Parts: sequence; structure tokens; C-alpha cells
Amino acid sequence: MATLKDIQLKIVGVKKTQKITKAMNMVAASKLRGAQEKAEAFRPYANKFAEVLGSLSDRIDADEEHAPPLLVPRAEVKTIDLLLMTSDRGLCGGFNTSLIIKAEKFMKEKAEQGVDVRLICMGKKGRDYFRRKKYNIQSEHIGIVGGKFGFNVAVNAGQELIDAFLNGETDEARVIFSEFVSMSRQVPTLSQVVPIVGVEKAEQAQEAEYIAEHICEPPAEELMAEMLPKQVYVQIFRGLLETSTSEHAARMAAMDNATTNCGEMITSLSLVYNKARQAAITADLMDIVGGAEALKG
Amino acid sequence: MAGNIMLEVVTPDKSVVSEEAQIVVAPGEYGEFGVLIGHTSFLTTLKTGMLRYKDKGGSERAVFVSGGFAEVLPNKVTVLAESADRRRDIDVERARAAMKRAEQRIAEARTKEDIDARRAEAALQRAIARMKISERRAA
Repeated sequence: MATLKDIQLKIVGVKKTQKITKAMNMVAASKLRGAQEKAEAFRPYANKFAEVLGSLSDRIDADEEHAPPLLVPRAEVKTIDLLLMTSDRGLCGGFNTSLIIKAEKFMKEKAEQGVDVRLICMGKKGRDYFRRKKYNIQSEHIGIVGGKFGFNVAVNAGQELIDAFLNGETDEARVIFSEFVSMSRQVPTLSQVVPIVGVEKAEQAQEAEYIAEHICEPPAEELMAEMLPKQVYVQIFRGLLETSTSEHAARMAAMDNATTNCGEMITSLSLVYNKARQAAITADLMDIVGGAEALKG
Repeated sequence: MAGNIMLEVVTPDKSVVSEEAQIVVAPGEYGEFGVLIGHTSFLTTLKTGMLRYKDKGGSERAVFVSGGFAEVLPNKVTVLAESADRRRDIDVERARAAMKRAEQRIAEARTKEDIDARRAEAALQRAIARMKISERRAA
């Protein structure tokens, strides 16, 4: 049986762990706030961008021949670039695992269809996993998710995907990121970024008319060609923001759980400790009483 | 003057400018253009460079913009840029360092036409534009 000293040591240890998890929880909370603010700051840009792009695509004749290459799906898809976003650090519950599972499932599916998937990892956790599994990793970007990153990160990554698509190396590019639904729910999401899908046409007729009168310089088609890569960057940037926010939320929840568990462990250990202490005192008393009785005799 | 035009400069990170201006002069793809209130609707890409405007009080302001485009409406100019800084926010030291770095990279990459050279070229242009704008203050 554990001695009093052992139990006491264990209690001290758990208390220290609890302090750490509590601190990590608070750090994650403040980082989460930062990430949310960043996502908030991005919204005006994203909204305006979608509006302009939507109205531009209205003006462009949608005939297949002249459509910008970034909008045209390939008839046969042989190679896909998969950009997987994970965090660099652990201790955030099932956050990375669920992203990796999503990626692995997708790759397996595609492999069965005979489609090559080239993996681009953003974040250490995903990279390490697939490296251990001896997958071929096309390229990697570390130190981005969850930290401070600017729009240029999305531009560089987007450029890579677009170049590979345009020069025929790949026929599609997809992104797996973690969508931030709520504090307690982050959903791994797969979305296609190249060729571009889901450019919304300007909905309100009034607005479409009003944009249609725009003078465009350069002409609308060229302007569109200029804007389309940006759409890819915007999507990647949004994915990065969402993933970062999700990571911090997941870590906050995980650390909150850990702190609670530490508390429970301390309570139960204290109980054991007190019982053991009581037993020791009783035994001591018995000794003394026994000794006194013997002397009297 | 008929009135002021609303100017907004937005980047993915923040809203850089949001105020009324008497006149806005922006570096369009096909040349610099000026916008007063009542301008016809207009959509253009922007070069890396300086956007100038006169604020309500009539003092001239300069903003660095790169990788952007502008939407002009009769009462509003919206600039969406990948990066933008007001003149007072430009970090000259950083721009100078970026310029050196870019020049070095271009020198190294001269032999091959690759993506790094392209990036360095763009970075160099940005650095030069930033420094030009901040030098105007000294002049």
C-alpha cells in the first residue's frame, strides 16, 4: 500500500498539473479571442469581394470556350492536390485526429478510383502523421495555423495550387479545414478551391443592373481573370482563420476538461490520504495504549 | 464642390481607411486616376503604389496599396487590397530590409525564371513603393 508520503507527493503533482492546464485554458481563451477578432476583421473584405466577383461573373458570357481556365472543371480528374490544415501543437482533444481521419478517408476513396492525391500539409500534426505513414508529401507549411499569419500565406499556398492546376500537373485542388461552428463544435470540412465553384451571381436585380453600368478597366474578362486567383486566396485564408479559431476553441475545451479531471483526482486522493492518516494515528494510539497497559501490569 | 466622397480601404486584416474625402487619386492599372463625387461607376485593378486623398479638412493623405482593385460608385470608393498602410504606419526600416532581401534574392535567382524570383520582384516593388511614400513626408 502507498505510504502517506507517496500519496502526498501524488497530490502535489496533480495540483501542479492542474495549474498548468488551467493556465493553458486561459491562454487558449485569449488566443481564441484574437483569432475571432481576426476572422471578424476579414468579413468586410470577404463580403465586398464576393459582391464584386458575383456581379462580374454576371457580365461574362458563360460560354465554355472563352471561360477563364480557373472556372472550367476538367473532364477527367487524374491528380488532385489536397491541402490539409491541422494545428502545429497538440493537447487540443480530438481536433487534429478528426481532420486527419477526414483526409485519410478522402485519399483512400480517391485511391480506389485510381486518382492520385498529392498532399500539401499546413501544420505539423498532419505532416507528422502522414510522414510516419510514409505518404508522399508534396510540400508543407509549418508555423501558420494558430499563430500570427497574414494574407500573403494564403497567397503563396494558393499560387502553388493554381500553378499546378494551370500547367496541367493537377486537375483539381481541395482543402480540408476545420469549420468553427460553435465553441463546442468544430467540423472538419472538405471543399473544392480549384477549379472555382460556387461563385454566386449577384442576386438582387437592382444591384446587378447598377454594376452592369460599371466601366471596367481592364475589360471585364481580364478583370475576372485577375480576380479569380484572389478568390482562391480568399477561400484559403478563410479556411486558415476558421482552423485557427477551431484549434483554440478545441484546446480550451480540452484543457477545461483536464482541469476538472485534476480536481476530481485531487478530491479522491485526499480521501485516500485522510483515511491512511487516520489509520496510522489509530495504529499509533493502539501502540501507546498497549505499551502503557504493559507497564502497569 | 458638390460634397465629399466616401473612401474605404479594406484589407483582409483590417479596415485601413474609412472616411470622407474631397478627392481620391488612385494608381489604376492603366494609369493614375482621380475621383470626385458623382464619378461614373468604375471598376479597375490597382498597381502597387500610392493612393492619395484629401480628407474633409483638406490635408493630403497617402496610403500604400498593393495587390488590390477599386470599385468606384458615384458616392463611394472602395479599395480592396491585399496589403495597405497609411503613410504614418509604414515601417521604413522594415521596408528597407525587405528591399535588401528582395534584391539579394533576385540576384541569386537571375539565372532561372522561377516562382521565387517572381515573388521577390513583387516584394521589391512593394518595398520601393512603401519607401517612396514615406519619403514624401520628409520632403
